[in-house]
Amino acid sequence: MRGWYAVFHKEIAGFFSVPVAYVVAGSFLLLSGFFFWANVSFMNLISLQAANSPMLMQRINLTDVVIRPLIQNMAIVLLFVMPLLTMRTFSEEKKTGTIELLLTYPVSDIAVVMGKYLASVFMLLVILAGTIPFLLILHMLGIPDAGPLIAGYLGLLLLGSAFLSLGMFISSLTENQIVSAILTFGAALLFWVMNWTASFVEEKFAAIINQLSMLWHLESLNKGVIPLSDISYFVLFTAFFLFMTTRSVETYRWRG
Amino acid sequence: MIEVKRLTKYYGRLSAIQNVSFQVQSGEIVGFLGPNGAGKTTTMRILTCFSPASSGEARILGMDVRDDSLKIRQKVGYLPENVPIYSWMRVTPYLEFVARSKGIPRSKRTEEIQRVSDAVGLNGVRNRIIHALSKGYRQRVGLAQALIGDPPILILDEPTIGLDPRQIREIRELIKGFAHNRTVILSSHILPEVSQVCDRVIIINKGSIVAEDSPSNLARRHGKASRCRIAIKGPEQDVKALLTGMTEVVAVESTGPAAEGEVRLLVESEPETNACPAISRAVVAKGWDLLELSPIHVSLEDVFIDLVTEESTDDRPADSSPAKEQNT
Repeated sequence: MRGWYAVFHKEIAGFFSVPVAYVVAGSFLLLSGFFFWANVSFMNLISLQAANSPMLMQRINLTDVVIRPLIQNMAIVLLFVMPLLTMRTFSEEKKTGTIELLLTYPVSDIAVVMGKYLASVFMLLVILAGTIPFLLILHMLGIPDAGPLIAGYLGLLLLGSAFLSLGMFISSLTENQIVSAILTFGAALLFWVMNWTASFVEEKFAAIINQLSMLWHLESLNKGVIPLSDISYFVLFTAFFLFMTTRSVETYRWRG
Repeated sequence: MIEVKRLTKYYGRLSAIQNVSFQVQSGEIVGFLGPNGAGKTTTMRILTCFSPASSGEARILGMDVRDDSLKIRQKVGYLPENVPIYSWMRVTPYLEFVARSKGIPRSKRTEEIQRVSDAVGLNGVRNRIIHALSKGYRQRVGLAQALIGDPPILILDEPTIGLDPRQIREIRELIKGFAHNRTVILSSHILPEVSQVCDRVIIINKGSIVAEDSPSNLARRHGKASRCRIAIKGPEQDVKALLTGMTEVVAVESTGPAAEGEVRLLVESEPETNACPAISRAVVAKGWDLLELSPIHVSLEDVFIDLVTEESTDDRPADSSPAKEQNT
């Protein structure tokens, strides 16, 4: 792994040297801000309406009306913007030929892949950190339940990291950034919606399809539970595509 | 220092190089010469551990490129063709990245970058963005990144391609300058460059080595015949008859128009014999004026063209194993 930091450092510099990182962070935060504002306004509205019915009042809380929908919406926005973070990683280096020099420095292939991957994860963390003001506002408005919040953010981080590893693998297959972004979006969407078909296929296939689906594994996290099986799904998903990316780089060498 | 044995590389079914073997001694400057697509880049990519060979063995400093790839990469500075460097970076951060990648400790990084910048003359442009640099400076940045970490071996693929004559001269001087304590392999299809810089030339065509020697030896050994250019004031018919009648002379042909009463000829004689003294004596004995008599030295270019075209005329129709050089 020696040398991963050099690649990591360069990738971070790369994110900020082209407008992509700003565009991704900007649109993610703008959309999340919009959803946050809409949810809080909705909460405001129904709280007013329920003011004189204690029964209804009990069922309205910050977690159900604001936090959970917000996190679900942010997950969908991640689906759209994560491919834009990874489309450059390998495609650009292949197109401009810079990968040839990178692969002749004393840095192993795994270190190159990990350096690039961790830089994208770092960007994801920066983007998610941009939503901290929402949480502060919630704290000013009331007492949000910490459990669903932590589990929800963990879910977003795991989901985003999984998209990033998938995107990086696809980027290592093509020289074209647009192709990379679109294919990543398509593949990620497929993993996202996979379990929609579970209800009308044979039972044993349904179980497999459910297990592969991202949405299915996000459900409990969204409820505030942190099950090991769901965590391991995302970790394995990520590890698998990181492994595939390393292999893809190796194949590139053979063809080179 | 560098030992290559029966190296072969296939791209799919096409072979880029077949059974290439050569050795490079420590401190030598070796030029790879060959037409585009001959396999120069492929060989260099194998030596720099970018791409593995299909078969054969390549050892650098006694280490195999397959087994000790990471160690070899510490010892080899590489400048690929077209200088693929990150054009969105500024020069200093780029060199910092290279130093970090090559594992130069943090405390020595600034010093190392200063050293290579001085060596290639980058000090005026250290804060510029690379894509705003002229091609000559870009090339210097490319050389600087190869020099970081002070590698004992430099592999330079077409280091002067696309530069103007003045820049070519500057880059050539730079290469000569830092070659004195290093082993350098450089490729080129520009002949003067190779003959001026290199101790030894390896001519490679269609994936195989066709000749290997010092530039002057190559010219001597492969020169088909020695020739000289002469201009004589005298009757054309008689002059030609005299020269063709001489034993040393193989062929006589007229070159271009001459002034009234003069004859200009190109005389070809047996290799290794110099016909000039005999010709001058004969001409003077006839009472004609000898205006010009100059031997033509066979240049590396002639040797190269001979070797490369010889190969292709030996071949059956043009389709046989077109070697492919990938530049992506």
